[in-house]
Amino acid sequence: MSEIFNQITVVSVVSLGAIGSLAAVILYFVAQRFKVIEDPRIDQVADKLPGANCGGCGLAGCRALAEAIVKAESLEGISCPPGGDDIMKEIAALLGLEATAQDPMIAVLRCNGSREHAPPKVAYEGVMTCAFAHSLFAGEGGCPFGCLGCGDCVEACQFDAMYMDRDTGLPVILDDKCVACGACVKVCPRTIIEMRKKGKKDRRIYVSCINREKGGVAKKNCAVACIGCGKCVKECKFDAITLQNNLAYIDFNKCTLCRKCPPVCPTNAIAELNFPPRKPKAEQKEAPAEA
Amino acid sequence: MKTFKIGGVHPPENKFAWDRPIEVLPPPKQVSIPLSQHLGVPAVPVVAKGDKIKTGQLIARGEAFISANIHSSVTGTVLKIDDVADTSGYRKRSIVINAEEDEWDEGIDTGGELLTEISLEPAAIVKKVNEKGIVGLGGATFPSHVKLMVPKGKKAEVLIINGVECEPYLCADHRLMLEKCEEMLVGIRIQMKALGVGRAVIGIESNKPDAIEKVSAAVKAWPGIEVVSLKVKYPQGAEKQLIKAVVNREVPSGKLPIEVGCVVHNVGTAFAVYEAVQKNKPLIDRVVTVAGRSLKKPANFLVRIGTPVSVLIDAVGGLPEDTGKVINGGPMMGKALSELDVPVTKGTSGILVFTEEEAHRKQVQNCIRCARCLTVCPMGLEPYLLSQLADKKRDEDCEQERIMDCMECGSCLYICPSGRPLLDQIRVGKARTGKMMRERSS
Repeated sequence: MSEIFNQITVVSVVSLGAIGSLAAVILYFVAQRFKVIEDPRIDQVADKLPGANCGGCGLAGCRALAEAIVKAESLEGISCPPGGDDIMKEIAALLGLEATAQDPMIAVLRCNGSREHAPPKVAYEGVMTCAFAHSLFAGEGGCPFGCLGCGDCVEACQFDAMYMDRDTGLPVILDDKCVACGACVKVCPRTIIEMRKKGKKDRRIYVSCINREKGGVAKKNCAVACIGCGKCVKECKFDAITLQNNLAYIDFNKCTLCRKCPPVCPTNAIAELNFPPRKPKAEQKEAPAEA
Repeated sequence: MKTFKIGGVHPPENKFAWDRPIEVLPPPKQVSIPLSQHLGVPAVPVVAKGDKIKTGQLIARGEAFISANIHSSVTGTVLKIDDVADTSGYRKRSIVINAEEDEWDEGIDTGGELLTEISLEPAAIVKKVNEKGIVGLGGATFPSHVKLMVPKGKKAEVLIINGVECEPYLCADHRLMLEKCEEMLVGIRIQMKALGVGRAVIGIESNKPDAIEKVSAAVKAWPGIEVVSLKVKYPQGAEKQLIKAVVNREVPSGKLPIEVGCVVHNVGTAFAVYEAVQKNKPLIDRVVTVAGRSLKKPANFLVRIGTPVSVLIDAVGGLPEDTGKVINGGPMMGKALSELDVPVTKGTSGILVFTEEEAHRKQVQNCIRCARCLTVCPMGLEPYLLSQLADKKRDEDCEQERIMDCMECGSCLYICPSGRPLLDQIRVGKARTGKMMRERSS
């Protein structure tokens, strides 16, 4: 009995061992033949990146950015918006490259058509996505350019940097959480959200409207619409404001944050963020000095 | 009784205005005529501000192959060519005309005499239909002359005339069949001549027995034209469903009816073709049903194109107090209006007034997997699945599940006991999938 048992054991051990060794040899040669040589730096760079796969760099994800960085000869034009300059400096040091400083950006909502400013004329009961509402009608307030308020941008944001304000019906962007990945810009069917320079001390001035209709028509639907009157263009000493298709636009690269334009706007369409409250006269001198 | 096989629903018919004869509404003081009232490329204006124009005069030319001419519906002065809000609230290029005393353009026969002799040759008929800006009056507003030209290598065998009017409330086609029966039949014969077909079938749903009787009696004089009574079912007026119901042929997915030898025209279009070819009259008016549960006097009006909807509402005694929604078109596929100043266009088949109670959607609840949407889909699709795939942005799966075959009839949305916005989500998915497919092929 034990003899037979021994025999079976020996046979199976030997045969399985032989098959195993053969397979190992084959696998070894196959592995050699189809070896993928990967730059070890890709892993190192990928470790440094935030790993959010947000697509803010314009590539498919953090791994794709890491590959692009390792391949690139200079870091010019490559950036990781959520990581910011600090991470790019670390990566530059790792690869022996020079990091180019990028101005921090932030998403800005260029519509102020809240329920108060653009009172709803009709009620929307369809599915709550802007993509559908946009294909169906101009919007509850009647402005064909304004925010539809269904919150596609809020859903697209991976960083919890946006929420929908129930009272105004407009999304709110949180300065401290927005990493400027641009997901909301891409998803908005009306391209209301714009990526703008964060500005000194987070201060920003922008035209909070994208309505390109004639003044009278725009004003009919919304009290704070840009009517294209051009007063701000005349007021600006730095040629930062241009008027096109009945709509003013402030170039954030030229704007010095002097705060001269918001008061001249007859419809209060120019928004100023994170500035100290205006004091009579005193701030007039202070503001340009800061800029 | 004949009908299409797959799916379909039978909503309450509510044909309140069926016994109201067509009333001619006088031209309004001002009309705004949109340059895009048809499928395809918008027409290009040929008049300028301040021009004096007569009724029936060409004011915008359709220059592309799929486009249509637009004619003035009134006599008067062009006030402006500007953007005017349409049904959706978006502003579209329109010609605004201040109307004066009616004076018809030369060559237009406004008499009521019936002309049965068809003197024009097929090519001349197509040219005439094109010139006079005739589009499909069933609602899709596809330029009719394109449908009358059979593409090379294809052969038209049968002309199907759509007298189904499966949308609830609407009675415009029904009244037209009763009151303009002979004219319509001449129009059908003109279309038959243009297409070179010897057979035409008029499909009418059985809820219009008087129309079936009248048209059946009238067709006896015209060999080749027959009438088919169809079971009442929505969306029987859809091209593919009508072909299946009437001649039992199936149009392949993504193909046109000519693939199975059919051409489909609406009864309203047949009448417009008669007027264009025999009377030289362009498409400047159409029959519009104004109805609703709360309206005391529902009506069918013959309205000039460009008339503000508010004029029609005033003509039936103004909006009742409890109005919640006004719809342009039928209750199934029509669109709610955001204001009442929008003009009647070539595609406006009805203006419906819904009470506050009727106006709202059901509250959205969870899908209970009852599969009713699946049973009613006339294209044999799975609406619950498509809506979920569209919501999850799985465009490739949507394509696999044939989302592009959806014709947006709304049967699924109508039947869903949980009030889920199935069609809304499918439309979003369809737009995205279509874009993806176009990008891939280009």
